[in-house]
Amino acid sequence: MEKSASERITSALFVVIVSLFFLLPIAWLFLAPFDGQPTYRLKLSDPSLNNFREMSQNPYAYRSLLNSAIFSAGTGLVIILIGAPAAYVLSRVKFKGRDVFLYFLLLFSSVVSGSAAMVPLFLLALRFNILDTYHGVIFILAGGLLPAAIFILKDFTDSLPRSYEESAKIFGASSFRILKDIVAPVIRPGLAVIFVWAFVQSWGNFLIPFIIIRDINKQPAAVMMYSFYTEAGDAVIRTVAAFGLLYTIPVLLMYFYVNRKYGFRFYGGIKG
Amino acid sequence: MSTVNIKGITKVFPNGVRALDNLDLEIKDGEFFALLGPSGCGKTTLLRTLGGLESATDGHILIDGNDVTRTSAGDRNVAMVFQDYALYPHMNVKENIQYPLKIRKYPKDECERRVNMAAKALSIENLLDRKPGQISGGQQQRVAVARAMATTPNLYLFDEPLSNLDARLRLEARSFLKQLQRELGVTTILVTHDQSEALALADRMAVMELGKIRQVGSPVEFFHRPANLFVASFIGSTPMNLLEGVVQGKDLKIGEAKFALPAHVSKEVSTGAKIIMGVRPEYVSVSKSSGSGVFSGKVKITENLGTHYLVLIDADGNVVRGTVPDGSEPSIGEVIHFKPDPERTLFYDTKSGELI
Repeated sequence: MEKSASERITSALFVVIVSLFFLLPIAWLFLAPFDGQPTYRLKLSDPSLNNFREMSQNPYAYRSLLNSAIFSAGTGLVIILIGAPAAYVLSRVKFKGRDVFLYFLLLFSSVVSGSAAMVPLFLLALRFNILDTYHGVIFILAGGLLPAAIFILKDFTDSLPRSYEESAKIFGASSFRILKDIVAPVIRPGLAVIFVWAFVQSWGNFLIPFIIIRDINKQPAAVMMYSFYTEAGDAVIRTVAAFGLLYTIPVLLMYFYVNRKYGFRFYGGIKG
Repeated sequence: MSTVNIKGITKVFPNGVRALDNLDLEIKDGEFFALLGPSGCGKTTLLRTLGGLESATDGHILIDGNDVTRTSAGDRNVAMVFQDYALYPHMNVKENIQYPLKIRKYPKDECERRVNMAAKALSIENLLDRKPGQISGGQQQRVAVARAMATTPNLYLFDEPLSNLDARLRLEARSFLKQLQRELGVTTILVTHDQSEALALADRMAVMELGKIRQVGSPVEFFHRPANLFVASFIGSTPMNLLEGVVQGKDLKIGEAKFALPAHVSKEVSTGAKIIMGVRPEYVSVSKSSGSGVFSGKVKITENLGTHYLVLIDADGNVVRGTVPDGSEPSIGEVIHFKPDPERTLFYDTKSGELI
């Protein structure tokens, strides 16, 4: 049935309002840092770079961005190093209850790094003596993301024809060689997607580093942002705006790079 | 340069499927051997077991007299061409051909020499820099064969290498494979479900059914003397006439028609026994008169096969197929007489299905 004109106008209006609701904060993110007197309004009345100058005076600002990069890249690497072989095995070895196992993994993955597990995680970190360390944060973040990563990577590996590995096997290649020469290069788009996904997830994570990290020199950007407040508890908009933009850009660049090179997708299907 | 001996090979999969059931097979040096059968008959499992991709549950495989049953795939010096060719999409053609040589740690100039030799033999020299995704199916097949060839194996294993090609290219690739195999003289085992492929390519072949070998022999033997009803109905582009009759003395009665049994058959059967007469449509021709040794009936269907017509008649409820030369085909409904060539007529036991 054809929709009437009024129905179409209503639905279009609805879409516009919803889009505006989500687009306005993003527009603010790009305008406010360059406004000399930023408020919560969307404006660019007094263009300047003063906000960035002010932010730079915070001795921990750039350091925290570097820390974020260490946490995120570290988590991404751990996920690839553990997740890819695990996914490969789960894809190639059939055992009883494999699918149930995979779904359970996925189901409980949100629990590991979720707020419900904070106390046990803190106690574990204390016992393992990894409080206030980079690898402590990386292991916990990776632990939380691994199940979903394995689940997605398994899908990529499933779409890799078995004949690739079998032919290499007949030529005399070892299992490790097959993994390195054949499997890894062919599923590289999948690995890139998972790396970026893990990177972004860790980049935006606040709770884990907030709990594990004590030393302000090791704090990531997400936690750093929390300190841009006056003693009265109001946000220092000038710093928050400038820092917020810097905080966003690496993630955006990474997304565009991967999307351009491989296409962002969460399923397998490799064409020859 | 290799013989293959298969002795009592059995493969039972973990789910209980018996894919290979106590097979014995001997493949001679330099032979082009085809394994033919319907899907699920175990032919691919047998090939994969020879290649070392599946481990046999029981039995032995000997290549050149050496027991390789428990030897790993990489140490058997066999090369396998897969149905999907298994070319690595991230390597170009040259790297693909070179990959097995690199694994075997050949020196660089030796790799180079072998790649060039294989590329030349398969006339793919102009494709060396391309990726597998950028070349046609026929070219991909040649690359896969070149990659197998470059390793100078003792044994080639081909798993339905022609099935991904379109009909025209398939014929071309078929002649090409046969010629190549002749030139190289390397023992080759081909798996196919296409009987015309097996008949055209193989020096000898085996037909498999349900994990068992039903007949081994040359393509000519398969065509002229199928050893049992399964092979008889499986081989041949037009299905063989298989008609059941009752033995009466030294004759076989099929409906109203009567056929004299050859001496070696009549001494094996007694009056009242039911046996099956098998004769290829190609050996059934039109006879002017009715009488003994002839089927009579109305023409039901005629099919144009080019130089011949395939004609189906209804002889007392039995469908009999025969061939009639182009130009003298009968019209539908006409009553004609079909005479099977007694020299080419075979008799099978109804119960066991074996040739008498």
